[in-house]
Amino acid sequence: MNTCSCPECAAELTLPDNAMEHEIIPCQDCGTELEIVSLSPARVELAPEIEEDWGE
Amino acid sequence: MSNMRVAVLITHIRPEEKLLFAAFEARGIHPDVIADGDLNIDLTAGPEQLAPSGVPWQAYDLIFERSVSTSRGLYALAIFESWGLNVINRYATAAVCADKLQTTLALTRANVPQPAARVAFDTERALDSLADLGYPAVLKPVTGSWGRLLARVDDRNAAEAILEHRQTLGSYNHHVYYAQAFVDKPGRDIRAFVVGDRTICAIYRHSQHWITNTARGGQASNCPVTLELDALCRTAAQAVGGGILAIDVLEHPERGLLVNEINHTMEFRNSSAPTGVNIAAEVVDYALRTIESSEVVA
Repeated sequence: MNTCSCPECAAELTLPDNAMEHEIIPCQDCGTELEIVSLSPARVELAPEIEEDWGE
Repeated sequence: MSNMRVAVLITHIRPEEKLLFAAFEARGIHPDVIADGDLNIDLTAGPEQLAPSGVPWQAYDLIFERSVSTSRGLYALAIFESWGLNVINRYATAAVCADKLQTTLALTRANVPQPAARVAFDTERALDSLADLGYPAVLKPVTGSWGRLLARVDDRNAAEAILEHRQTLGSYNHHVYYAQAFVDKPGRDIRAFVVGDRTICAIYRHSQHWITNTARGGQASNCPVTLELDALCRTAAQAVGGGILAIDVLEHPERGLLVNEINHTMEFRNSSAPTGVNIAAEVVDYALRTIESSEVVA
């Protein structure tokens, strides 16, 4: 099981089996948006703030 | 088919990208995921240089631009196309869709019905343009998405306040005063998905708020693709150069269907379930057809 801790609330996070680097996921405890920056070892950072030119 | 080499350019991975990766993999293709933040490109060299994946750019049969960052995506498309690489969407299409003023001009050239729109570059002239449109009107930044920084302007007092704030606090982009007539829509708008020459499906986006984007809480339900909606959306897509596009349509009480905006890196996470259409699969099939057709041309 691929686990790491939330940088916001320190909760232990379990990454989904199909998790990918650069994927945005919510912390299962505090709901903060996190970016997966590494799968091995598992590591997440706070997701970047939305920039002015972001969109679809 | 599985020999095809595909790169997907991302800023970060949204649910849409995961759906697209799964659809590619269902067809035996494992795309390289390239983060736009990792790019470091020699602009005076060509596609023989290595991508962050370690593969020469020219080895890719297709580069699929899915960046959330519009500026990164646009420049990347410009570079890849200048190298003669096969990309989705085309730079010209993305550049028009990324700019609401350019979209309005393209739709006007193609006689596509749309809300009345004006532009001014000075706050006094912007007040004049809003008066010309009539209140309420909608001030929009020319670039931006997800319903951000849209302002419904109900009267001149509100307009003066918004314009002063934009002039004082905004960057130069916010000093381009693009405004549309407000459309009193029936608690919903339409988001239609055009892939190539087909309108594959559409949703209604319901909201009590005048901004109906699903990113702002709008709820999706299936919208039948009528002949009228299909023709309008395909014409609008062609007007901006075609490709894989999401067309936002308003239902005007007197004028009927109006094209409001067009999105070139569309989000569709909430749209396959209500429509029953596997949007990711449709997109990937189109992408693979573009590779095959480019090989025929080559």
